[in-house]
Amino acid sequence: MADRPAVESIEQHNLALQHHFVNMEQQRNAASLGMWLFLATEIMFFGGLFCSYLIYRYWYPNEFAIASRALSLPIGTVNTAVLICSSLTVALSVRAAQVGQRKMLVILLLLTMLFGLTFLGVKGYEWHDEYERHHVPGLAFNISDLTAEYPQIHIDPVHTQLFFALYFAMTGLHALHMIIGVGLFCFITFYAWKGHYGPDYHTPLENSGLYWHFVDIVWIYLFPLLYLIDRHPLK
Amino acid sequence: MSEHIVSSKTYYTIWIILLVLTAVTAWIATVDLRPPLNTIVALLIASGKATIVVLFFMHVKYTSEKLTKTVLVAAVFWLLILLALSMADYTTRHLL
Repeated sequence: MADRPAVESIEQHNLALQHHFVNMEQQRNAASLGMWLFLATEIMFFGGLFCSYLIYRYWYPNEFAIASRALSLPIGTVNTAVLICSSLTVALSVRAAQVGQRKMLVILLLLTMLFGLTFLGVKGYEWHDEYERHHVPGLAFNISDLTAEYPQIHIDPVHTQLFFALYFAMTGLHALHMIIGVGLFCFITFYAWKGHYGPDYHTPLENSGLYWHFVDIVWIYLFPLLYLIDRHPLK
Repeated sequence: MSEHIVSSKTYYTIWIILLVLTAVTAWIATVDLRPPLNTIVALLIASGKATIVVLFFMHVKYTSEKLTKTVLVAAVFWLLILLALSMADYTTRHLL
């Protein structure tokens, strides 16, 4: 009995520490590394879509320029700002857990979900608007309202569908990630409210935060690629 | 070594910078620069925003774990291989 491992005497045993880790720092680093590896696969996942966007934009620059103007610049800008606000509240919520402010933590998480749902609501409004204007690729697709504005530019309306196909695929996949993120934060908020997360242990909160910031970064690139490119006056 | 706790002030500063950059990029998109410049400026601003989100909000600047940074750099490098080699193919086909 005398040569029992002296781990507990070196570091006070934390209830959240799993037996296969030496200490809390190693456990935290392992969880964080796993999350970053997952995010690396997510970069590849979205990377395929970004790559096809790049290729088709290179092939049909005028079609993409005109189709891009169908999107509302003010709405896109406001939605980007909403997402940035949600990233701030997530970052602050991790800090609230680190300093042990449970009430603040729950409020910040609720705010994050509110911003996330606002973003999804605005996105849904945009999709509905595009549906009504026949900008959804398919049999009812009609881009004549836009091509009529630029008679001097020769474009093939069929290829403008490619822009909208990519637009719906990319914003759709992004929105799916947002829905999953809000779902995750429902659980995180519940456990935060129950007092599971404090200065010693908040790994699920931190990793969900990493995921949320990643989804924010995807939008940071989607916004210029879909909304901003070719906004300047066409010649 | 315990976890680094970032001050609220840092987070608010980053937040303001991100909002300002969003406004700037939306405004500059309506200005007619020389053809490829609009795209380049928009992507540079986006990359700047993404970088500060990764460094500050995602704590990469403060992490002591080198493996995390390795995974991040490798993932971005991998993505650039995908994009660069694909475009190297498609943009040079007409030369054949």
